[in-house]
Amino acid sequence: MTDLFTTYTGSVLQMLLIAAGYLGFFAIAGLLLVWLERRVAAFFQLRLGPNRVGPFGLMQTIADALKLLSKELTGTDKADKFLYNLAPYFVIITALIALAVLPFSQQIQAFDINIGLFFLTAVSSVGVIGILLGGWSSNNKYALIGAMRSGVQTVSYELSVGLSLLTMVLLTGSLQLSEIIEVQKDGWLIVQGHVPALIAFLIFMIAGTAETNRAPFDLVEAESELGAGFHTEYSGMKFAYFFLAEFINMFIIAAIAVVVFFGGWLSPFGITESLPWLGAFWFLGKTLVIIFLMMWFRWTFPRLRVDQILTLEWKYLLPINLFNIVFMAVIIWLNLEIKF
Amino acid sequence: MSYFSDIYNGVKTLLQGMGVTGKYFIHARKEIITQEYPDNKDTLKMFDRFRGEVVMPHDELNEHRCTGCQKCEIACPNGSIEIIWDRGIDEETGKKKKKIDKHIYHLGMCTMCGLCIEACPTDAIVWSQKFNHATLERSELTKILNKPGSVVKKGIED
Amino acid sequence: MTNTISDRFKTEEYFINMGPQHPATHGVLRLILTIDGEIIKNVEPDLGYIHRSIEKMSERDSYQQIVHLTDRMDYLSAHMNNEAVCLLVENALEMEMPERVKVIRTIMAELTRIASHLLWWGVMGMDVGALTTFMYGFRDRELINDIFEETCGARLTMNYNIPGGLMFDILPNFQQRVKDFLTHFKTKLPEYDTLLTNNVIFQKRTKGVGYLSMEDAISFGTSGPVGRGSGYSCDVRKHHPYSAYTNIDFKEVIRTEGDTLARYEVRIQEMWESIAIIENLIDNIPEGDFKVATKAVIKLPKGEFYQKVETARGELGVFVVSTGTKNPYRIKFRSPGFSNLSALNKMIVGGKIGDLVAVTSTLDLVIPDIDR
Repeated sequence: MTDLFTTYTGSVLQMLLIAAGYLGFFAIAGLLLVWLERRVAAFFQLRLGPNRVGPFGLMQTIADALKLLSKELTGTDKADKFLYNLAPYFVIITALIALAVLPFSQQIQAFDINIGLFFLTAVSSVGVIGILLGGWSSNNKYALIGAMRSGVQTVSYELSVGLSLLTMVLLTGSLQLSEIIEVQKDGWLIVQGHVPALIAFLIFMIAGTAETNRAPFDLVEAESELGAGFHTEYSGMKFAYFFLAEFINMFIIAAIAVVVFFGGWLSPFGITESLPWLGAFWFLGKTLVIIFLMMWFRWTFPRLRVDQILTLEWKYLLPINLFNIVFMAVIIWLNLEIKF
Repeated sequence: MSYFSDIYNGVKTLLQGMGVTGKYFIHARKEIITQEYPDNKDTLKMFDRFRGEVVMPHDELNEHRCTGCQKCEIACPNGSIEIIWDRGIDEETGKKKKKIDKHIYHLGMCTMCGLCIEACPTDAIVWSQKFNHATLERSELTKILNKPGSVVKKGIED
Repeated sequence: MTNTISDRFKTEEYFINMGPQHPATHGVLRLILTIDGEIIKNVEPDLGYIHRSIEKMSERDSYQQIVHLTDRMDYLSAHMNNEAVCLLVENALEMEMPERVKVIRTIMAELTRIASHLLWWGVMGMDVGALTTFMYGFRDRELINDIFEETCGARLTMNYNIPGGLMFDILPNFQQRVKDFLTHFKTKLPEYDTLLTNNVIFQKRTKGVGYLSMEDAISFGTSGPVGRGSGYSCDVRKHHPYSAYTNIDFKEVIRTEGDTLARYEVRIQEMWESIAIIENLIDNIPEGDFKVATKAVIKLPKGEFYQKVETARGELGVFVVSTGTKNPYRIKFRSPGFSNLSALNKMIVGGKIGDLVAVTSTLDLVIPDIDR
């Protein structure tokens, strides 16, 4: 009985510790990403960006977070209070759940389930419910338009994300993230699958950017059209949750891209194979490159219109994606993958 | 086939656009266009003609050039300048002569149009290059341009 | 069967206030939108949030003083606004300006036009979602503003023109500075095309959006790039030349498509034309006086006077009724923005909210110009 009790509490404690570790890591990662985005944007725009608080302005986001914490939480009178308050937590929690399965290195993976990839795509699309709730419940027309757009957009682009990943799953034969990476010891999947993999990667980047509601697909916020879109009526820390969730979602999309296309924690050409602890370094490094790419998109492209977003998905991405799957299947059938 | 050429052209133009921003990102350090304002406050130099605020220069004898002709007051479109003047006896000629008591300048109302300085026949008022006008009290924006105890320079007639 | 699907899922139009505080209205313009989902059914602009009664104030002011008020109407083409009033006074008094004044005025006006279009370009990019264009536009505009600041002491509300000429003469390094700017700018302007104009998303956002036919353009009284984008040849510089435009040759930029992209391209091309005009003039600034002496109190003869100039937004008209005193009896500014805005409803109905933003930004609205 005591045995059972100790093992039980032990495992609970273990889980709690891991969860706390993950939360801490991602709070810091989120803050750093916000800083990075502002810094990168500034450099694209020939500005300096935040550079006053701390070295290179690294503490700027912490200062901003403190400011947001101290702000009054305003809300609309006729808002549906329960849903209105629930929405930001919905968004941030779904963003954090997805983190559990990410393999940072061979050893660091909290939760290696055999449907990892499926889990990731599933969970990352649940966050849209939070956005819908927030937009619907805040009793603001701008927020409502933003929320409706988000629903349309996420439902559409979910297909492309799933199908482009499915193309790669044809190569790996498994949905388990650790196995996906294991397969890539013979070469990253983007090399193994060459042309169809490249197409799938491009589609994944487009659809992934749309999934995270970032420019050029930031119709949900669409600053110049809707003011602030779905989070018009949120202030203070509730707004900060939406904001942070956006960046964590960006991290997750980039991390999926790294795992599926760029070999996860594997080093390029196996140069540091003897040092497995460098896996986390490679994983985060590659993720940052993909994140930078997404920031590059954001600070270069104009925003699409709502009907153009749907045109892009249903007339371009989806048919190409379906053909691409067949193409990939043919490649595998004829054994045309490149393996080292 | 236009379907595929559309995709090709689309991707091409997008990449070209990214090329422009990417180029600036790489050169970002060199081409920064913003200034770190409060840091360069001391070295920041305005152009000579910069319209900061209206001032009345005084020489070392505490003499200014204002005769109190009120042309600036008339020229001002929005009443930023008020002159309180009196008649005093000129020591040399013994005649009565206009002299200013207070040359009041409301910086808060001034639109920096420069008409007063154009109108001044004796160049008694000029632009200063001060650009940082923020004050804690609104009353500080009302300034008396002639220094206390100052007199008009000899030989200045309007 | 009355209970059909369309009955059950009956959608309703709703109103939404875009502005007076909204990022895309560029000021305190309020647009009352009637929307069905995303589709705009009606747009009703509501003005008056920045009305300062400049026309009434002008009745109290002398003619020299009116000039500085016009800075505050369309602050992006302050120089042209000043020029309109000055030209009116000079024509009414039948004063002949020295060539030097005319040429400097024209150079400054064209610089102002470039500066205004640069700001518009940056903001247009921002409206359609490309945030980086804003800083690039401002980068180049800043150089023009520096030239203004050095020449006349102010960056935006310049008040450089006075009835009878210019307030100051140009500085000796003026020509060199302008030339330096032009060489810099000619390398940057093609970049604008690569970054925004050619971008496929931008093309899709603007092509065929906000169509205004030439008939409508004329009947709504649009002018400037808005009118010329619809094929309406309305350049005051060409049809009623003033200052140095009488002797220089330049092309009037006209596009016939009438959509947002056409209006966009007109402005981009106008920047090239302005560069050409400045290059034409900058080396040949004639010697002479920079102002003609006027009476301290200018009194216009009794009568009615009208003068129009081409600002960056279109045709600015100044109408003065004088009773022979030192103040105008009545002054009326025909501002280009007001007429251009009136065509908005025609352009946008049936479009999406995203289109509205693109269209309002190609109208290049400056709200203080509309409200005065």
